[in-house]
Amino acid sequence: MREVLLRATAISKTFGGLIAVDNVSLELRRGEIHALIGTNGAGKSTLINVLTGELRGANGRVELDGQDISAWPQHRRARAGLGRSYQRTNIFPGFTVFENCRLAAQAGHQRPWSLAQAAGRCAVSGGAAQRALRLAGLEGHEHRLAGIMAHGQQRQLEIAMCLATAPRVLLLDEPLAGMGAEETVRMLELLQGLQADHAILLVEHDMDAVFRVSSQVTVMVDGKVLASAAPEAIRANPAVQQAYLGGAQ
Amino acid sequence: MRFRFARLPMAFALFALVALAALPWLATPYMVDLTTKIMIMAIFALSLELLVGGTGLVSFGHAAYFGVAAYAAALLAPKYDAASLPLLFAIAVLAAGAYALVVGALVLRTRGIYFIMVTLAFAQMAYYIFHDTKVGGGSDGVYLNIKPELTILGWKPFNLDNGLHFYFFTLVLLAAVFVFLTLLLRSRFGCALAGIRVNETRMRAAGFPTYSYKLAAFVLAGMLAGVAGFLFAAKDGFVNPELLSWHQSGAVLLMVILGGAGRLHGAVVGAFALTLLQEAFASEAIFGSFAKHWQLLLGATIILAVALLPEGLTGVADEIRAWRLRRRDAGQSAGATDA
Amino acid sequence: MDLATFLIQCLNAIQYGLLLFLVASGLTLIFGIMGVINLAHGSFYMMGAYFAYGLAPFVAAWFGESFVLTLVLGLALAVLIGYALEWAFFSFLYRREHLQQVLMTYGLILVFEELRSILAGNDVHGVNAPAWLAGSIPLSDLMTYPVYRLFISAVCVATGLVLYVVIRQTRLGMMIRAGASNREMVQSLGINIRLLYRIVFAAGVGLAALAGMIAAPVSTVYPNMGSQVLIICFVVVVIGGIGSIRGALVASLLVGIVDTFGKVLFPEGAGVVVYLLMAVILLWRPEGLFRSG
Repeated sequence: MREVLLRATAISKTFGGLIAVDNVSLELRRGEIHALIGTNGAGKSTLINVLTGELRGANGRVELDGQDISAWPQHRRARAGLGRSYQRTNIFPGFTVFENCRLAAQAGHQRPWSLAQAAGRCAVSGGAAQRALRLAGLEGHEHRLAGIMAHGQQRQLEIAMCLATAPRVLLLDEPLAGMGAEETVRMLELLQGLQADHAILLVEHDMDAVFRVSSQVTVMVDGKVLASAAPEAIRANPAVQQAYLGGAQ
Repeated sequence: MRFRFARLPMAFALFALVALAALPWLATPYMVDLTTKIMIMAIFALSLELLVGGTGLVSFGHAAYFGVAAYAAALLAPKYDAASLPLLFAIAVLAAGAYALVVGALVLRTRGIYFIMVTLAFAQMAYYIFHDTKVGGGSDGVYLNIKPELTILGWKPFNLDNGLHFYFFTLVLLAAVFVFLTLLLRSRFGCALAGIRVNETRMRAAGFPTYSYKLAAFVLAGMLAGVAGFLFAAKDGFVNPELLSWHQSGAVLLMVILGGAGRLHGAVVGAFALTLLQEAFASEAIFGSFAKHWQLLLGATIILAVALLPEGLTGVADEIRAWRLRRRDAGQSAGATDA
Repeated sequence: MDLATFLIQCLNAIQYGLLLFLVASGLTLIFGIMGVINLAHGSFYMMGAYFAYGLAPFVAAWFGESFVLTLVLGLALAVLIGYALEWAFFSFLYRREHLQQVLMTYGLILVFEELRSILAGNDVHGVNAPAWLAGSIPLSDLMTYPVYRLFISAVCVATGLVLYVVIRQTRLGMMIRAGASNREMVQSLGINIRLLYRIVFAAGVGLAALAGMIAAPVSTVYPNMGSQVLIICFVVVVIGGIGSIRGALVASLLVGIVDTFGKVLFPEGAGVVVYLLMAVILLWRPEGLFRSG
């Protein structure tokens, strides 16, 4: 069995009277892409927000490397190795591509008190940013303004910024949304390349992509886990077919 | 970021420094005195620019820290003796910083319009504390009769009673604050603040404790406002609650916006522009008997400035640069698709 | 504090709160629907007070002395001015940042103050309450309560009821409610948003001016009277929650009570109490008591 990096146990989150996430448990292992599928409003993004600590006040327990991080604030979880990307592109549009990544990388090397050194000269964050850009396939675009790049490239930047923080667990919220066929292939190759060193949670609507790259699939409906198994088993599961796959096809 | 704080502002700063250093030999004592006042306001505006342009926090109560420092200086100076300049300076700045720490810890929980209003509320609270209670002489204010002195082993390098000495003392502090903020804004701390301004969620997700960063910036801005407040108290030797009023907070915010938020030199330009406009419109030599209605002209000018210069006075150069950058980039991506 | 004093303070608190509500309800709608920080709103209150002072002689000369007619004329004038101001100055502010709205409306305050100085001078003026409202009601052997203050409260309550009916029962009100809770949605519904903005703005100006007019006999008219009201109304809007009329009402009364009794109980720190209230409420609920409703 592969090493479990992130373990979430009995996560619940309510908004007012509405139960968005209902008693969800899952495990993310190094070397695995774990896909999370479900209709819109099934609670997938809410779950990610709870795992990263962006949403507070949820029930349940989140462990990273066996350590309970449930009470940690978001920034501390991020620095401990929990990286995420956003469903809606969430970058610094007025900054250059490089600066977007460098700023993200700076989180691991903050030193706010060193005022004499210009941030652009910081070798640690600069190097990390360059590596992340190469991984995400954005080399050569460093000095462009992020806000005016094509949508697909902004999605790549979104991933690059996540990688720049050197996370061990990647929580990716629909990284393929709005991407063309070619870009999708490139992104999936990137994810498979990252698989070896990272535990990846992939929220995605593109079923072909999900079944191609994932080794574990969890299906959420109305905040609850309907099924969680290997892709073939999920495809054959009649409850899933009825609740989700059938409706989509 | 890099393309914003680098080239032009440095040339501007050097030119302005030389011009200001030469001014006392070219201008009347009245002009020197006025320029001293403007430079104090410029330091004040710079401190607010760290929040508004640097961090994206629009504080509508920044006069509180200016006023608290001024009061601290006036109230804690010995009555019949000259205070020690470094000591009184440190006390005033720390007092402003302490108040900013308390207020900042609370107000940074709110956002947007609410933030604007809560900062205002806390400034009004400070205003009424000095206005209604006997702490600082009520609405009459207090005097700082004897200017603080700097003595090193019995030697006094300058005398703040001398207007010219005070002028250069203020100029040195203005330059120091400007250089400090320039370094700060391009350091890692400053870049993190810029990131928070643009997209705080993303900064938290990357692992920045954004609340602490904002609080640090808030306290720092309060302390720098305290520098200006100390200078004000030392210059006029008189402090009253109006220093903390919302008109004062509005005026300094106006300087930042008019000069162009997001650019350090904008704050300095704004301080000069607003004060000089006010002087010009109120001058009977220029406008004759209409000069007593100077507010009308100032108001109309401000409205025109908003309509015509949305990026402020210093924004014009930046807009041209941004336009060229976009054009270059558009050309590049067109080339990339061809290839 | 004996019972009669307490009763008088209560009446004062409610009257002050209701007056604040008239000004703040317009301000909160302009905030909530158009997203504009309008520092000049206090000037409209001042404008109203000066209308009460300046129009009365005209009305007396043309139609014979009539306080009500002065009110009606002043209100109509204020609404017209509001309509024109929205067209000339505010319509291009909607897409700008808050910073620029602050700057521009600050400029407007200066212009209004100076126009006031040119047209009406810088002296403090009294405005006479109409004779039929000049009496007092005895509350105890020594204490009386002026009828005119009751009249102020009555006008405010009546205006509030009209506002309620308009907002709850009419199509315009539906659009206003939708706009206050979700600005983007209204824009996408194909409602004539420009007209809606102009009407709301003009109504807001009218409400503030009405408050100024009916307050004038009690407060007298004087320079910068707008800025005091403005800051307090900001407090009201923020406590109540931006865009919420109901919030503005609750917050106005709260501020009226806290301010009035603060002055009686702690004369030393009277000014501070209201801001303290605001700070406490915002720390408890960072978005105010009733966020948009």
